Amino acid sequence: MSLSTPYSKLVLATAVAAVTFTTACKPKKAETVISGDAAQKVYVAPGKLDEVYLFASGGFSGQVAAYGLPSGRLLKVIPVFSQNPENGWGYSEETKAMLNTSHGFIPWDDAHHPQISKTDGSDDGRWLFINGNNTPRIARINLATFKTEEILEIPNSGGNHSSPYCTENTEYVVAGTRFSVPIEGNTDVPINTYKENFRGALSFVKVDPKEGHMNIAFQLLVPGVNYDLARSGKGASHGWMFFTCYNSEQANTLLEVNASQRDKDFIMAVNWKKAEEYLKQGKGKKTPTTYYHNNYDERTHSASSKVEKEVLTLDTRVLKDIVYFIPCPKSPHGADVSPDGESIVASGKLAAVIPVFSFKKMTDAIAKKTFESEFDKVPVIKYEAALAGEVQKPGLGPLHTEFDDKGYAYTSMFVSSEIVKWKVDTREVVDRIPTYYSIGHLCVVGGDNKKPYGKYAIALNKITKDRYLPTGPELTQSAQLFDITGEKMNLLLDFPTIGEPHYAQACPADVILKNQKKIFELSKNEHPYAVKNEKETKIVRNGKRVDVWMTAIRSHLAPDNIEGIKLGDEVYFHITNLEQDWDVPHGFAVKGAENAELLIMPGETQTIKWTPKSTGIFPFYCTDFCSALHQEMQGYARVSPANSTVALKSGIGETAPKNELAKN
Amino acid sequence: MASSDESQQTEATATIDTKVHSDSKGIGKFTDVKVDGLNADHATKGKTVFDSKCSACHRVDETKVVGPGLKGVTKRRTPEWIMNMITNPAEMTQKDPVAKALLAEHLTQMTFQNVSDDETRQILEFLRKNDL
Repeated sequence: MSLSTPYSKLVLATAVAAVTFTTACKPKKAETVISGDAAQKVYVAPGKLDEVYLFASGGFSGQVAAYGLPSGRLLKVIPVFSQNPENGWGYSEETKAMLNTSHGFIPWDDAHHPQISKTDGSDDGRWLFINGNNTPRIARINLATFKTEEILEIPNSGGNHSSPYCTENTEYVVAGTRFSVPIEGNTDVPINTYKENFRGALSFVKVDPKEGHMNIAFQLLVPGVNYDLARSGKGASHGWMFFTCYNSEQANTLLEVNASQRDKDFIMAVNWKKAEEYLKQGKGKKTPTTYYHNNYDERTHSASSKVEKEVLTLDTRVLKDIVYFIPCPKSPHGADVSPDGESIVASGKLAAVIPVFSFKKMTDAIAKKTFESEFDKVPVIKYEAALAGEVQKPGLGPLHTEFDDKGYAYTSMFVSSEIVKWKVDTREVVDRIPTYYSIGHLCVVGGDNKKPYGKYAIALNKITKDRYLPTGPELTQSAQLFDITGEKMNLLLDFPTIGEPHYAQACPADVILKNQKKIFELSKNEHPYAVKNEKETKIVRNGKRVDVWMTAIRSHLAPDNIEGIKLGDEVYFHITNLEQDWDVPHGFAVKGAENAELLIMPGETQTIKWTPKSTGIFPFYCTDFCSALHQEMQGYARVSPANSTVALKSGIGETAPKNELAKN
Repeated sequence: MASSDESQQTEATATIDTKVHSDSKGIGKFTDVKVDGLNADHATKGKTVFDSKCSACHRVDETKVVGPGLKGVTKRRTPEWIMNMITNPAEMTQKDPVAKALLAEHLTQMTFQNVSDDETRQILEFLRKNDL
């Protein structure tokens, strides 16, 4: 996220030069704002479990991290868009396909907005969606296994930022492009023809209610501006989706100046039920494009890629009544919908007020055609006609708002580095508290639900400075936990995060716990190279390809002696973990492997490709300490010259190859 | 990996000879298992389950691999103990004196391999047949 804020305005406790605070809220020294019982409130005794799961994006790490709250303990880093040699994600033969795109194999992305799937507007704990910004994609993580199961590329998009917000029952997750780009026909155009040639695309991705599988139902072709964030309507506003837009100047260079010329940008209200009607009437246009759709199948423990060749587009220049603009103070970031679905809170990060729009007033204005103008064929509703009111003097740089269970809203203020609490119905500010430092998004537990859980707010900070022991130029990024049960917000805890904790969603632990999978059932493993017992282990040569069917169980790999591999061979170790016990993964590493190790869960099969570069004896072993005899869990692969006649043999114990000499 | 397997305090188990007969029924859901004439069909099914879920660590002769060789196990142990050991190995090695002694001897925690009650009974039948 780039803010056109001079860096010197940031509130930094360590700044030696006197900083002029442009806000009434001067951060105090942290020590003075910690209340006495904070330690008790975050202490989770050994052997006890946390109350809440927090899923935070890793930002530029490309992954998602799961934390427990209130302790702030990191539970797991879930690999999504970035290769992870620690467990073979994106390296193993089974998972490589997950990172295929129309641009080739992409081992990284910028992950911003986790989104827990919803049923009736409440977090249901089935899946977690996360957007890939740079090479536009949406990933779906299965929260029973904490594994990424699906990655869908989004065509006609540049910077998949207003994504992957989901509708009230996860009918859709959306993917709105941050950067408008030329879409149809000749896309090789001068950049300064932005106004004529660049369009935005808002993708509505249908989610299969049973399996979670995604597919792009339609793309709305919309005016060429920047689409920043989105949030779904719910309750009263079910059937609508709200996007924030900036750069209504349609600038294509030096946006920090050129996209700050007007005093207002827009909220775009999308009536997706109307879009569905047009689709039913056959008004969708099949538009050729190319994008990848990667699925990981839990039965075969393998991913495959499918290349899709077209999308259905609906052009808002031609089709009326799908989208409307509401003017909104400058450069809005969050467009957040209150629990009842009636209020749409837009946080203009360069604005002095937080406007709150009324869904009812907006639909009345549409019915009465109370429009002030058109923008690229899209009606612009009069600001006052849709406005419920403004939160006055909230602070500087309002970014994003979430809601609690008591009728309050919490807005993050980037420039003044604070959280501001205000009453949704009266729009009065009732409390404010500093964050350390430069909060971006915030998260309230269930903060986008119809019935928020409340209790905690989490600040996701952009800058850490002096909050932790220093680690050279690069410091950990961090989150902060606040107690929001009382009238005053209280800071409870700072905790370090992975990558950039851009945004997070949190839900009560029970929502996730009820679906947890402890093992993969070996009997249901349909991997083509799975072996269900040691008797089936073997080695087979096909030309230069050698396949090893191997098993792992405490405390040996079978086979553990392999001979007859020749220089120039490509060896595939297919390892099945025969354990059927919770928390007994086995690892596999072989000397000289150019990719990664494998970490194989109980009942799972994973494959590593190995291309030895010299002759000799190569040890392999289990990398995940599994028993007292873990150090005995090892083996040897013998590699002979390319023209060798050493027989291809493998075994364990009495079946291990013995005294095999070259027969020449 | 957090494993409580090796961290269990093993009290003095030297007094227990794991090679000899024990009347212990072990700890678990099986408290009264009736055995009479050999059920050949069950024994055959039991062999299939054994091959896929047990054979990585146990031989049916006297050879120790990861765990002890199982020749004679139905003579040394009660049917209940065998079935509890298959279905409840973690608690057995924590609380049952014989299972504790076996863990001290072999140093690898026997794992629960997701064996159903029926399959467990079939494995017992296969082991009985093996001891004929």
